[in-house]
Amino acid sequence: MLKDITIGQYFPGHSVLHRLDPRMKILLTIGYIVMLFTVSNPLGLGVGILFLIFAYAISKIPPKMITKSLKPVIPIIIFTTLLNMFFVKGDPLVDWWIFHISRQGLLTAVVMTIRIICLIAGTSLLTYTTSPITLTDGLERLMKPLKKIHFPVHELSMMMTIALRFIPTLIEETDKIMNAQKARGADLESGGVIQRAKALVPILIPLFVSAFRRADELALAMECRCYRGDVGRTRMKQLHYSWQDGVAAAVTVLCIGMVVVVNIFAPVVF
Amino acid sequence: MSVIKTEHLTHTYSQGTSYERAAISDINLEIEAGKMIGIIGHTGSGKSTLIQHFNGLLRPTEGKIYVDGEDIWEKPKEIRKVRFRVGLVFQYPEYQLFEDTVYQDIAFGPKNMGLSEEEIDRRVKEAALFVGLKDDQMEKSPFELSGGQKRRVAIAGVIAMSPEVLILDEPTAGLDPKGRDRILGQILEYHQEQKKTILLVSHSMEDVAKYTEQVLVMNHSRVDMFDDVEQVFSRSKEIEAMGLAVPQVSRVFLSLREKGWPVPQNVYTVERAKEALERIMQQGGKAHA
Amino acid sequence: MEPILSARDVSFAYDNYEEKQLPPIVLDDISLDIQPGEFVAVLGHNGSGKSTLAKHFNAILLPTAGTVYVNGINTKEEDRLYDIRQSAGMVFQNPDNQLVATIVEEDVAFALENLGVPPEEIRRRVDESLKAVGMYEYREHSPHQLSGGQKQRVAIAGIIAMRPKCIVLDEPTAMLDPQGRKEVLQTIRQLGGQFGITVVLITHYMDEAAQSGRVVVVDNGKVILDGPPRQVFSHVELLKSVGLDVPQATELAWLLRQDGYNLPDDILFEEECVQAIEKLLEEHHVSH
Repeated sequence: MLKDITIGQYFPGHSVLHRLDPRMKILLTIGYIVMLFTVSNPLGLGVGILFLIFAYAISKIPPKMITKSLKPVIPIIIFTTLLNMFFVKGDPLVDWWIFHISRQGLLTAVVMTIRIICLIAGTSLLTYTTSPITLTDGLERLMKPLKKIHFPVHELSMMMTIALRFIPTLIEETDKIMNAQKARGADLESGGVIQRAKALVPILIPLFVSAFRRADELALAMECRCYRGDVGRTRMKQLHYSWQDGVAAAVTVLCIGMVVVVNIFAPVVF
Repeated sequence: MSVIKTEHLTHTYSQGTSYERAAISDINLEIEAGKMIGIIGHTGSGKSTLIQHFNGLLRPTEGKIYVDGEDIWEKPKEIRKVRFRVGLVFQYPEYQLFEDTVYQDIAFGPKNMGLSEEEIDRRVKEAALFVGLKDDQMEKSPFELSGGQKRRVAIAGVIAMSPEVLILDEPTAGLDPKGRDRILGQILEYHQEQKKTILLVSHSMEDVAKYTEQVLVMNHSRVDMFDDVEQVFSRSKEIEAMGLAVPQVSRVFLSLREKGWPVPQNVYTVERAKEALERIMQQGGKAHA
Repeated sequence: MEPILSARDVSFAYDNYEEKQLPPIVLDDISLDIQPGEFVAVLGHNGSGKSTLAKHFNAILLPTAGTVYVNGINTKEEDRLYDIRQSAGMVFQNPDNQLVATIVEEDVAFALENLGVPPEEIRRRVDESLKAVGMYEYREHSPHQLSGGQKQRVAIAGIIAMRPKCIVLDEPTAMLDPQGRKEVLQTIRQLGGQFGITVVLITHYMDEAAQSGRVVVVDNGKVILDGPPRQVFSHVELLKSVGLDVPQATELAWLLRQDGYNLPDDILFEEECVQAIEKLLEEHHVSH
């Protein structure tokens, strides 16, 4: 059933990683990604992989969650691997009919695959250890300086919050409408592409009507609770950096520093 | 003959996981054709799960369901046909309307049945008549109607499929007394004219008492009682113990009996209460005269 | 004492009533004063104008003619809008469509955050409000994990956190099951008793109105009855004629009175009905 879909990738827990300030986690994740793509030597890449393994270990997120987060991007990984393998020119390794694989191509493909896997696993760790609401909150506060250039930071974060709030409600509603139309004999399971698309009309129209009605009522309720955008707004929950955030930052910076050193002094391999 | 029969009907959600939970378990029922039956039980007692099995929206994890003696899951590919024989009107059905006009919306079910144009037309008009929709409303957009009207359109959409069994899940939820009496009155009329079996899920004991012949009480995923209205309401005490509210007059009569007054125990509507009291007062008066 | 809510000769009509298929006049010259601390039920069928009236007490709608005062402020004073909304909080019918945040306590904090209350003060008031409606243990839950009755209680907490003088509830129980209705009604009754908040409950359930201190019956945009429940519900025929119910105990007594039996006309609750019937049976020499 639709209800079984979990929204957001949050994996509740009490590890150090869960307790870190979301702003710190976002910044560190960005730093890690940048590092992944500037690394130019197997040693540096090894440091990056070790760092990730270490982070997963202290987060107590089961390792099988890594494979779960990778599943949806497998086609992309295969695609880029093949692209790199066959189209990067260099010393030929295989030269048969239309297939030409070079040594450099194979290397780039392997490195690229590792980078993408680390990228996905790294960002997933952020969403696994941070609830969507905390993440939104952290993003809003990080982007606060952008308000000066009239970037609608508060509005975007409010939209995010409302979306997160209503996704489960609308999923449940879709389930109900589907059942109601099935009870009137709607055939949602058979037929070709066009027929199936047509069969969605009786579900989508009521869903949209209901979403608009909800939006209307919610807006009224928000107004009645004195909502007027960002004007003079305070927050109940304040974010504070703790010593743990400092340690996390130090460890990550150290790791990035090591990679930079390796990049400078070790031979550039890729 | 029974129109719906279940054998050891069980439905367990999230089977095999730590969230495993039996919504209904080991239900053995025989529903007689042509009856008007009320289904009561508090939220989470399993009544919604039960009714969604009757028209094949849910597949039992164990046990069997027979409609007219046929095992409905014998040919899972043809389950859609069962939904034309057992019509189900969900709670707040007005939220399922989607067509351009009221007419087309009511015709959605019959069209899915693959009926001829004339037959569809005949059924739509008949169904509209039952729920009291006027001709000039048929070409309107369903979204222009009032809440109560929308609900009647949605009910007509299921009636138009002319099912042998019509199940209504809380058809009066959110309506005021006037809207409630109107819809229940129309359902009763439909039942009396068409002799179809009707299952009415309701939280209101007053409505069940007033409109139905038999009552099925669900409690903790099981059928706790299934009997004539009088029999069920004579066990008001047990029903109250389940956390369900019995009609106020039933409670009044329960107290009177407990205080030793010779009043009948199967009183559940105001009219019956009045008659019962007047009868014993006349008898009482005579006995002493 | 100055009334907390006051409607003076209020009429209301929608501009485009024809295309919306609404009656031309929704409120017709209503005058109504509600005193601080009262628990008033506004009873009427759908379309009687009761919800429209409620929306006037929060400046969601402004009267076409006449004046509405909330805590002494004319609702037409635009720059006092937030004072008005803070004095008279509003709870709506659909429990799903009035909760904004993904966590219960964040939602209760929403109004206070909008009003710019300092964080520590918000925390204190949020905890206090959640305890008042009995939802403190659920403070870290997400709204979709709650039952309808629980969501409505969270919505009420979100309003009382603003410390309003008055709370207007627009059919808060219409979409709930009996258990949820019971919970919400109990919470509403507490608001008046424990916290001294004025309560205006818009409803079409007569059993809820029977528990209030004063019932105002609205029909066709007019107030047709206004008084304590006993007095209002004694008008059985009038109430039935405008499509409303009366408690079964009241109706039973009324039916018996119609047939010439001697019963009081102000019966509301079960126990009173039992006692009155016992007396009647004794008078008619029915033996135990």
